[in-house]
Amino acid sequence: MLTLDDTDRAILRALSQDATLSAGALGRQLGLSQPATWRRIKALTESGALAGRRLILDHAALGFGVTVFLGITLATKGRVSLEDFERAVSAIPEVQTVQHVLGHYDYRLRVVARDLPDFERVLRRRIMTLPGVGNVDANVLLSEDRRPGPL
Amino acid sequence: MVKSMQVDDTDRRILRHLQADPAQSMAALARSANVTEATASRRLERLRQRGILKGQQAVIDWRKLGWEVEVSLRVSLDKTHPHAFDEFSAAAREVPEVIEIQSFLGRVDMRLQVIARDMAHYQEVYRSRILTLPHISDIEALMHIAEIKRGETLPI
Repeated sequence: MLTLDDTDRAILRALSQDATLSAGALGRQLGLSQPATWRRIKALTESGALAGRRLILDHAALGFGVTVFLGITLATKGRVSLEDFERAVSAIPEVQTVQHVLGHYDYRLRVVARDLPDFERVLRRRIMTLPGVGNVDANVLLSEDRRPGPL
Repeated sequence: MVKSMQVDDTDRRILRHLQADPAQSMAALARSANVTEATASRRLERLRQRGILKGQQAVIDWRKLGWEVEVSLRVSLDKTHPHAFDEFSAAAREVPEVIEIQSFLGRVDMRLQVIARDMAHYQEVYRSRILTLPHISDIEALMHIAEIKRGETLPI
């Protein structure tokens, strides 16, 4: 496990707001030299704490009006290969994230679609036909707030 | 859908390639999207100005920072109270261990993504900070075992 100091935490906080900040610009904000900032970013990246970047896009402007969270229960536990299910579900372009969970469901999916009829198409043709799928529970996303977390 | 008509195939292609590797150079992006560097940077600038490309955020892997437990809490609220949603959301925003707050149309009202250092810490957060949030009528927990697909890319 990585031990962070206050400067590392400030770097993570700043980059989780804007990942395009250069080491120079970030260093100036924090009163740190460009090389020192760059070394810290490199260490955070190599440790895996900085796990890449995400584009923030206007989904509606790009034609994706609906985001739905699905809770999936496998029908035939033990007989279906989890790997087969995971491979097939990950290959669906509209499925943005797949999490293996423990609790009321086996998997949690985040799915985008153009509109509700398009979502119904994805659900019927792609999700319901996955190997081993039993029950599917859908919740349409209304609003979302990403928090900075305990930094 | 007037806004989506303003995004053409070239814009989509550039965004698709940028999405696959947001940190790449303009030269590499232009090459993979099969446009000139000038076109790529002009298009991105226009997408930024129109608010379609809102920015880039670093993704933090909390596990690597010692936050070993991740739980998704599905919360139903007491809807007889007129401000249940607003008051619950405002209070949840004050809890540092809550990293995502979502509201839904469906069986579940809200969802909180909560992280903790270990199970003992999770229990403490759950009891002292989550169960004390206002207007909860029911909570269901899903413990995360593994991330199978991440990145949240749009099929542009």
